[in-house]
Parts: sequence; structure tokens; C-alpha cells
Amino acid sequence: MNVAESRCSHSPLTIGPQEEIYMFTALFGSVEVGVIYAIMALGVYLSFRILDFPDLTVDGSFVTGGATAAVLIISGVNPFLATIAALAAGFLAGCVTGILHTKGKINPLLSGILMMIALYSINLRIMDKPNVPLLSEETVITKIASWWQGIGFDSMMQSLFTSIGLGDYIPSTWGIFIVMFIIAFAIKKMVDLFLKTEIGLSLRAVGDNDGMVRSFSANTDWLKVLGLGISNALVAFSGALVAQYNGFSDVGMGIGMIIIGLASVIIGEAVIGNATIVRATLAVLVGAILYRLIVTLALRADFLETGDMKLITAVIVIFALVVPKLIDKQKAGARKKKRAAQLDSAKLNGGDQVAAARTDL
Amino acid sequence: MLQLEQIYKVFYEGTPDEKIALNQLYLHMKPGDFVTVIGSNGAGKSTLMNIISGNIFPDYGTVNINGTNMTAMSEHKRARKIGRVFQNPLAGTAPTMTIEENLALAYNRTKPRTLQFGVTKKRRDFFREQLEILHLGLENRLQAKVGLLSGGERQALSLLMATFTKPDILLLDEHTAALDPARADLITKLTKEIVEKFQLTTLMVTHNMQQALDLGNRLIMMDKGQIIFQANETEKPNLTVEKLLAEFQRIRGEALLSDRSLLA
Repeated sequence: MNVAESRCSHSPLTIGPQEEIYMFTALFGSVEVGVIYAIMALGVYLSFRILDFPDLTVDGSFVTGGATAAVLIISGVNPFLATIAALAAGFLAGCVTGILHTKGKINPLLSGILMMIALYSINLRIMDKPNVPLLSEETVITKIASWWQGIGFDSMMQSLFTSIGLGDYIPSTWGIFIVMFIIAFAIKKMVDLFLKTEIGLSLRAVGDNDGMVRSFSANTDWLKVLGLGISNALVAFSGALVAQYNGFSDVGMGIGMIIIGLASVIIGEAVIGNATIVRATLAVLVGAILYRLIVTLALRADFLETGDMKLITAVIVIFALVVPKLIDKQKAGARKKKRAAQLDSAKLNGGDQVAAARTDL
Repeated sequence: MLQLEQIYKVFYEGTPDEKIALNQLYLHMKPGDFVTVIGSNGAGKSTLMNIISGNIFPDYGTVNINGTNMTAMSEHKRARKIGRVFQNPLAGTAPTMTIEENLALAYNRTKPRTLQFGVTKKRRDFFREQLEILHLGLENRLQAKVGLLSGGERQALSLLMATFTKPDILLLDEHTAALDPARADLITKLTKEIVEKFQLTTLMVTHNMQQALDLGNRLIMMDKGQIIFQANETEKPNLTVEKLLAEFQRIRGEALLSDRSLLA
């Protein structure tokens, strides 16, 4: 990561302008992708944080979304409809995990793993082959791009930035980023509002205190099924958009998705915090984008290859989990030392000073 | 209001640990009755509570609440008619949610949940008004997370949440046992006030004999899954802790285990 950082910004003298431009394009690309993955991360937030259910279905339902959308698009269905169908498919997958857990009394982790494995085969059945290319198809992404072209926003930005001499540094099109950002933000807003409704409140309470919710006449089984359904619907929706963005749906594209989701949630919480729901969901959005930026920068290091991405992800999550704790510990240690010093000096000066020293604490 | 008929429940049947938790127990409560339940550990008090709330189901017998047979009804469905406060102050509230959100959750106990907002301006005013009953100043902290409250405050909030929607039956399961004496007194006082205010039919389990005598209009003593002694409205005011202990000894022919500890 250090190598990449020093290359891109801190020592511009050592690299050519061409490479710098390439770097900006790559970073913009990662923000663009990050916004699409943020929708998946919101789904993971719902299961992992709200329901307190580590749901591994995500690895499968992400692909289910991509596969459903790809196959429907190829068979001539409107890409927007196909993407909505992907959302529904994800909802169903999540509901099955929920039913396995609540009615089958299977451990949460295991019901997720079982569903993930089952979905691998189901996804192959949906696609009928491991990879479905979409490059020559009309997708949501191409539709947005061509609609955006008609607005003329890009050329306006281009002339604006060229006039201040930065024309080379801006992306050729803003359309995908802006539209995806609006979609992701709208979903975040909907999640915020939903979690304040009567059903949403009971959903939150399920993750908080299961027994208490039942004593207030809420059906916790049904709530868990619903929560996992919504979570996986968002994941599949994101999967459908990613497949269309990449131009293909692949049976392996969901591997490690749960960790990417967790990484986004955890990084976001470390940076933004999670004091309220509104803040926590914003943290997920920011976390998903930050995660992509970190990975893009890390991959710029010479000794790392694309295949190392999962390893990088694991390391990022470990860092995001461990570093805040270390910082807290260090702060606590510093406080302790300071207090010890204060109390020591109070001891030397005699008993009268002890009370005074205490008021400082 | 509540009729338990011949309730029989056995745990670990067919194993060496077999234990008859409730042995053909009958209990009838009229509307407005406040029954306190005492008994040593293993007497079946908690099983009784769990059978009424639907947490566990009886092997034999029927549970009737307000004229409806609820013997096989699931816990969350019959919760529409039952308010509960648990022994553990942490058990009755959701810690990461605010006071008003917890109250909103409790407010929905009697009706189906919808996609309306849980906390509206009108409801917030209502919650504030209800919180004033507790005299703890919680009405000014509606947006505070419940996890930040002390054990006593949380238990007071749990009590309010279980009662302000006027349940047909209120179940109190040793709800002051985990609190320090001052907080326990506060919750006992609030319980008395709230039960009177809302005219609730209440069943309270306690290990504190004095509390069992101070609260309620009826008292039952349980042992080995049966009710071994009852005091009705006219008998209860004349009872003392000593009389209760003597009664137990007379019926069972043995001293209550560690009876002095129950005097606390």
C-alpha cells in the first residue's frame, strides 16, 4: 500500500503524468464499483448487525442475482425488469435460509453455509454454464450510459475542468457513478425509514433481545425470515448490477462476498461510527467505497497480483477489527499512567492533596 | 380471568433425572386479583409462569385466559393478552434502541405491526405522559439508548412497558430479585401503584416473604409442583412471615430450607 501511495500522490516527480492519469481513472473506477457493492454491504449490515445473524448465504445469493438478471436479459427481458427479478430471487434465497434456521432449528452459521452450497448448484442451473457474457446485450448500465450521454453533463464537466487545466484527470463519464450513487443512497434512506417503522423496530429488537420481542407479541421466526429475505434481496440486486457492470455473470463471482460486505461495514463503522441507524447505514456506504479504494491502491504494489485480492480483503478486515482495539488500549494505558503519576505525586505531598488530585479524574 | 385446570408437567421423563414440575395444579383468578406466589427453589413457580406465558406447554391440563382456551397457543400470540417482567433487568428491554423506540415496541403488543412509523408525535406525547408515572425523569430522556440506563431504571421501564397497554394478565417473575434493596423497594412501590392504576390481574413470584405479604390480595405457597397453602382476601391481611413458616412446617412436617434467608 505504501508503495502505491507514494507512487500516486506523494512523489509525483518520479512518475510520468500518463501514469498519474491512469491512477485517477483507476481510483474513480473503484469508487464507481464501490457504490454498487455498497448495496450488497447494506444487505450484509441488515443481517450481520441488525439481526445479529452472520449470514453466509450472501456468497450464493450475490451470484443468484447476477445469474437471474443475465439469463433474463439474454432471453430478451427488459434489463430493469430483469434486475428487479434478481432482487426477488435473492429475497427467496434469504427466506429459505431463515426458514432453515427458524423452523429447522439449524444453527445460523450452518444454515447460511448450507444455503450457500445449495445456491452454487442452483446458480449453475439458472445460467446453464459457468459464465454468461453480456457484452453485446443491452443492460441497465448501457441504458443509463446512453441516456446520460443525451444530457450533455459529461461534456460540460470536461470543458469546465479543461479550462482550469485538469481536463485529463476527470473520468470520461459520470453517468454510472451518479446514477448508482443515487440508487445506493435511496436504498440507504429506505433502510433507515424501514427500521423506524413498527415492523422495523421489532426487527431491530430481534437482534437485540429475542425473548423480549416475543413477550411483546412479535413473531420472531417470521421477522428473522423477513429480515434475511430483505438482506439477500439487496445482495442479489447488487449482484445483478455488478454482472451488468462487468459485462458477464460468473458462477464464482460471489466467493468471499460476505467478507467484502463485512469489511465495508467494519471499515465504515471505524471511520464514521454507528451511534444511530442513519449514521450506521451511511458508514456502510462510505465503508464500501473506502474498501474498494484500499484494494485498488494495494493492488498497485508490485509484489501483489489480482489473485491476492481475497488475501488483501482478509488483512483489511483483520486490521479494521484489531487496530481500533489497540488504539483504545493504548489510550487507556496512557490514561492509567497519567493517573498513576498524579496519584504518586499526591502521595508525596501528603494526604491533603489526594482529594484535589481526585477531582481531576 | 385466568383459569389453570389440572396442569401437569414433567421434565426429563423416563430418565433418572425425571422431575414432576407441576402436579395437577389448579389456579383460578378473578379480574383484578393480585396473587403473590412463594415457595422454595424447585417448587414449580417458574414453570407455572412459563406455562401461562406459553414459553413451555403443559403435558396435561388447560390454560384459559379471559374465557379463551390458550393451552396450545404460541408464546407470541398469547403475549397479546399477557404482560411480563423478568427477573433480569436486561431481559425486558432492547439495549441498542432508545427509550421511545422500546416503548413503541411495547405499544404494539396488542395489535399487528405495520409499516407505520413506530414513534410518531402523538405517541411520543403519550409515552412521555406514561413515563411520568415512574418519577425517574425518563420522560426527558426519550432519545437515550436503554443500554445506558441503570438496572433499576431499566426494570422500571420494563414494568411500564409490560403494563401501559393494560394486559389481561400481568406476570412478574421475581422482578425485584436482582436489584439492590433501595431499587427493589422503588420497583415494589411502582408495581403497587401501576397495578392499582390500571386495575391489572397480576401473578407475582417472589422469594421475599415480606414482599409477598405487602403486595396483592391473595397469596399462594407452592411446593413440589402443587399449591400447598392459600390465603384469600380476608385471610391474607392477618398473615405474618412467622405464621407462613409455621404453616409450611405444619403441612410438610419439615422446616423450610434456609427459611431465615427468605425473611430478607
